[in-house]
Amino acid sequence: MTIKAHIMDEEGIRRCLRRIAHEILERNRGVENLALVGIRTRGVPLAERLARNIEEIEGKSVSTGILDITLYRDDLTLVAPQPLVRKTEIPFDVTDRRLVLVDDVLYTGRTVRAALDALMDLGRPKLIQLAVLVDRGHRELPIRADYVGKNVPTSHRENVQVLLREVDGEDKVLIIEQV
Amino acid sequence: MSWTRKHLLGLQDLSRDEIQLILDTAEPCKEIFTRPIKKLPTLRGRVMVNLFYEPSTRTRTSFELAGKWMSVDVVNISTNLSSVAKGESLKDTAKTIAALGADFVVIRHYAAGSAKLLAETVQVSVINAGDGAHEHPTQALLDLFTIRDKKGTIEGLHVAIVGDILHSRVARSNIWGLTKMGAKVTVVGPPTLIPPGIEEMGVDVSYDFDEVIPHVDVINMLRIQKERQVAGLFPSLREYSALYGLSRRRLDRAKDDVLVIHPGPTNLGVEITSEVAEDPRASINEQVTNGVAVRMAVLYLLSGGKDIP
Repeated sequence: MTIKAHIMDEEGIRRCLRRIAHEILERNRGVENLALVGIRTRGVPLAERLARNIEEIEGKSVSTGILDITLYRDDLTLVAPQPLVRKTEIPFDVTDRRLVLVDDVLYTGRTVRAALDALMDLGRPKLIQLAVLVDRGHRELPIRADYVGKNVPTSHRENVQVLLREVDGEDKVLIIEQV
Repeated sequence: MSWTRKHLLGLQDLSRDEIQLILDTAEPCKEIFTRPIKKLPTLRGRVMVNLFYEPSTRTRTSFELAGKWMSVDVVNISTNLSSVAKGESLKDTAKTIAALGADFVVIRHYAAGSAKLLAETVQVSVINAGDGAHEHPTQALLDLFTIRDKKGTIEGLHVAIVGDILHSRVARSNIWGLTKMGAKVTVVGPPTLIPPGIEEMGVDVSYDFDEVIPHVDVINMLRIQKERQVAGLFPSLREYSALYGLSRRRLDRAKDDVLVIHPGPTNLGVEITSEVAEDPRASINEQVTNGVAVRMAVLYLLSGGKDIP
């Protein structure tokens, strides 16, 4: 595995999230009835950072939740042993809410499909939007993001790696080439 | 730590890390109780057969619900209504179940080692729901889960297991589980109901409940198994109750934050009074809830396991 490119540094990620926070507010006309839901693992700190940005811009706080999609994956029969399941923590009723689902990388769309099913099982949201830091293409399902930090064309042999301070100790986005 | 086993036959074989993984996986599974729709798609298309050669309400129902909430199709076989009543052997019954395409078999049987025999016979995940006086691993796991949930940890706790240790698979599985997780265990009961040599499992033995009770953090009261008693092991239920029953008066001599658990069904007035069963220090109903979560976790983990232990 070799690092092929640095596509974002700390400043780049910060500016992206700031812009997305503005876009979310613009599209939803404020924070009323709005909540952000981060997909484990790296969607969680991204959702929290977006919430902080929104609060700074708008002066009003926005609820956040954590979604673990493991039990909704469509590849559980293919991966053995079973991946670790962790808690879903949505401290608000999703019914009639405007939800923004947050993840680090959008690729095949299968994680988002699982996340949508998981959210639907918790109630009936008014609408669900999708925010991702990187869209790397190669969708296998009819899913698109409403808010994109950066579009990064990649090949299947490449891997986009998002590192975040809260999880990895530093902020950066890399393209890794598998040899 | 990742799970590789195909069967859950007992806690004796499991490592501390494996037990920990089951408890950690049960934690998010418990969240389903708070949901309006209690259904996860995880194990869609899988088939589970409950094969019970002994009566059971909570274990069988708990496995059935755990399966259904994970979208497993569940079939119950009660042996008095099936070909077992015509004399079909355990092995033949097992082969029939395997031929029907089952992915999991949950077995309760009066003979120790029956779950292991089944695991060696068929290519199906076998879960031991109690084999004779040998093991009842999911009961012990839900006890461990309840203790960890209430106490925050298991390591360093002092647990008394009180009652008929001799006939109890629950006691045996609990001893394996608790000692592996770092608890100190004292088994308490009349000498006739404590098997000789039990100390080799790493536990202390006491015949005096009153002496032990002020020192423990958890009291696990076992059911007096009237169906397994042979005459003469104790003089009368009344005397048993006086010496080893958990009454309010006895409970009040325990630590303020003591936790009382009981695998159920309770013989109220024998090993535990109804007043104690309802006491806030007792978590008997919560054990039932936790049992479903633990069994969901077991089904999930076993469904990815491959090896034959």
